[in-house]
Amino acid sequence: MSSGTIKKDGGFGVAQLILLISIAVLVVFVAWPVILILFNAFFVNGEFNSLDFYRVLTDSETFKALTNSVLIASMTTIGSTIVGTFFAWLVTRTDLPYKTFMKSLFLVPFMLPSFIGALAWKMLLSPYSGYINRFFMETFGFTEPIFNIYSYVGISAVEVMYLFPFVFIQVCGALERMDPTLEESARISGAGLLTITRKITIPLVLPSIMSGALLIMLYSMAHFGTVAVLGIEQGIYNIPTLIYEKIHQSAGSFESIRTGTVLSTVLIVSAAIIIWGQQKILSRGHYQIIGGKSFRPMELKLRGLRYPLLIFCLAYIGFTIVLPTIVIFLVGGVATYGLPLTWKNLSLNNYKYVLFEYEVTRDAIFNSVTLGLAAALITMFTGVMISYVIVKMKVRGKGILEFLGMLPFSVPGSVIALGVILAWSGQFGINIYNTIWIILVSYIARYMAFSLKANSAALEQVHDSLMEASRSCGASMWQSLNNIVVPLVRPGMISAFFLIFLPALRELTVSIMLYAPTTRTIGVAIYTLNEDGETVMSTALAGVALIIIVVGQSLINHFTKKAGE
Amino acid sequence: MENIITIEGVAKSYADHHVLQNLDLNIEKGECFTLLGPSGCGKTTLIRLLAGHEVPEAGKICIDNTVVTDSGTGEYIPPERRGLGIVFQDYAVWPHMTVYENIAYPLKIEKRPKEEINKLVMRMIEVVGMKGLDKRLPSELSGGQQQRVALTRALVADPSVMLLDEPLSNLDANLREEMRFKIKALQREFGITVLYVTHDQEVALAISDRIAIMDDKGYIRQIGTPYEIFEQPKDLFIFKFMGIANFLHIREEQGKYFVGTGMQPIPWEGPAGTAENWVVGFRPSDAQISRNGPALKGIIKRTNFLGDTMDYMIEIDGENMRTELETQQAINEGLMFTEGEECYISFRSLLWFDAAQLKEVESI
Repeated sequence: MSSGTIKKDGGFGVAQLILLISIAVLVVFVAWPVILILFNAFFVNGEFNSLDFYRVLTDSETFKALTNSVLIASMTTIGSTIVGTFFAWLVTRTDLPYKTFMKSLFLVPFMLPSFIGALAWKMLLSPYSGYINRFFMETFGFTEPIFNIYSYVGISAVEVMYLFPFVFIQVCGALERMDPTLEESARISGAGLLTITRKITIPLVLPSIMSGALLIMLYSMAHFGTVAVLGIEQGIYNIPTLIYEKIHQSAGSFESIRTGTVLSTVLIVSAAIIIWGQQKILSRGHYQIIGGKSFRPMELKLRGLRYPLLIFCLAYIGFTIVLPTIVIFLVGGVATYGLPLTWKNLSLNNYKYVLFEYEVTRDAIFNSVTLGLAAALITMFTGVMISYVIVKMKVRGKGILEFLGMLPFSVPGSVIALGVILAWSGQFGINIYNTIWIILVSYIARYMAFSLKANSAALEQVHDSLMEASRSCGASMWQSLNNIVVPLVRPGMISAFFLIFLPALRELTVSIMLYAPTTRTIGVAIYTLNEDGETVMSTALAGVALIIIVVGQSLINHFTKKAGE
Repeated sequence: MENIITIEGVAKSYADHHVLQNLDLNIEKGECFTLLGPSGCGKTTLIRLLAGHEVPEAGKICIDNTVVTDSGTGEYIPPERRGLGIVFQDYAVWPHMTVYENIAYPLKIEKRPKEEINKLVMRMIEVVGMKGLDKRLPSELSGGQQQRVALTRALVADPSVMLLDEPLSNLDANLREEMRFKIKALQREFGITVLYVTHDQEVALAISDRIAIMDDKGYIRQIGTPYEIFEQPKDLFIFKFMGIANFLHIREEQGKYFVGTGMQPIPWEGPAGTAENWVVGFRPSDAQISRNGPALKGIIKRTNFLGDTMDYMIEIDGENMRTELETQQAINEGLMFTEGEECYISFRSLLWFDAAQLKEVESI
């Protein structure tokens, strides 16, 4: 046996070094921008001034955006919860035909970026030029459009279409994992199906419903795309779109930055409250009554309603997913927006043009792909390191990292963008504003949460004793990490990569605040081309984006399935 | 005998919970030493301290004449340089490596020549009876086979000591027995020192040269051979922990000892030492039941036919006890009792304990 000794206490070991690097990454990319936002929101000329915070907040324009955000988020949340819970119940607790297939169909909206959906709905239901409105007015002689998508209800409806899977997934999971004996024992005690549903089933899945609903609330409050596409023309702003408008129009004047930071502070605080509430709900009882095993749940016989309900589900998917997608591809195929959608008018010219000739879109595709790759790789590796410290290591000072690790989950995209502008545009020695690097920095901050989640989950699967066994077999810490831990968390790392790469490809909220003429991303290009009236180019690019997303998603599914085997 | 492990004054606590306090223990070279105690008593903590996965707050540990951890000087040798073999309760077989790769790993880390590794690993695989399974992944093995892989992996690099942490508790009864013999056989064949940690007294009795009994507060109550521990337990805790035990409360009146509330004297030598109240303890197999005296008279409260054996619950002057005898013997000797019948009890072996201790160990 060797007689070498290592001092454990007081020394500066590898563990401390990794901890410090991890803390530094989170501070630089996430905490520092957030601190700057809070500082700028509450400090005027270096002095604390909460009165001015209040003044900005109650300014009519800002306050309107605030109430709009709350209003749209509330309607979206209620709508998504009803839709998501209903479909979840239908595919888990009834004898609906083709249930598994229908379940995967209901997850498709996840893939569709909501701003592309909004774009499609604009073309379908804008008051006078939307295809559906025109169809009704021209064919049936309606004098008024049947539905105006440029409205609170319109915006919320579009958000519901693409956000309800958050609730759907959570409730499906809860209903599938719920111990059926809980319901059976109620039935044996003489309770009818309605009583069981009301007294047993709903209380048991309520935490999951609430948790999904809160997720949607959080997402919708901070959501940029749909409101930007459907609201701005009618003067409907929510918090992120107003921040964008302020920063964009006034080119970073002091007053607009202040408005931005105040609104961001509101978003940060609401996000923190929502996440806190969600964890409270989840930690209370959720897992105690729901076992980890799979059971065969009780199924309600739909009898005569089986096929009508199936048709209803298919119609829903057709209307919310298939129809908008078709419209995107068709409009992307015509020479100018407004031409009738006939075979004669359709061609692949626009697609060819945006892919190979048009500089703006070609650059955008190149930018998005490289940004996505870089952000995914960097975030994957730093995420696995940070997760490792949080999940596995025992070092003093880990508490700070655990707190910092929570931060990426609660900072919405537009907040990150503003914070990154404050931090990286020269005030602190580094100016990368108007370059591609500032977008990369913000992507890392934005997607760190995804990486932490995927990698932590993978690391939690690797029992401590596997690593300890390796150490006791004579392997050093590095050898053990390399030979045991890394191979075992590789599936988690791969899924983290795709979880970041795909959303980064279609990112809009952050990039729209940070782009320069040469650093447009796909999302920015689609949005700005549409704003500039180049509708067909915008839609053609959206079509290309959809194809990339679907192919990428199939790749993910393939990989994760492999990892699960 | 030379000590291979010496533990001096070791203490370890998690948050406010003191797991181990001022623990001393010596393990001799070449022996199979078992640390036996109830779940959660700090056995695993001790193993982790020995292996170097935890650092004690106080005390010193030497392995093979080398100080591996000493809180006084801050000395600490990391796990990979302690030359130990460890088998974990959950096997800790690496799921992404084959049986061969798992077992070869310690040798690869030592950078032994490929051919030597190959020869050694294949021989070990044969010794533990897993020939032909070397290319399997752990997911394709049964629990017992995975345990054997873990055992072989710990053994292959010729460790100075093997630490086994409840290695059999996840196996079913038959496999447990088989593996118990296998471990003992391997220990003899390779002549290595084994520290075995378990809460299962049956395994401990079967494989150990010496046993240490640890109580739920992390104190070592007695160290001895299996025979000593079973037949001469130092206190009531050990007696109760080692198997099913009967206790009868004894009342002292003018130097005589009576069972329960009655007037029957206990037919055994009186206790040595002092105590306010006494109980006598004995195993069901140490009580002999018969139809005639002279012996303690009792009433059959409950009969229980268990196939091979008959199990009786008997009341003697307000005190309950259980005894068992082989069904065949009961039939031959006319000892098939029915409930409510009178019977007579005499003892083969009886131990006196301070009744105050009984409260203390109720939970075990």
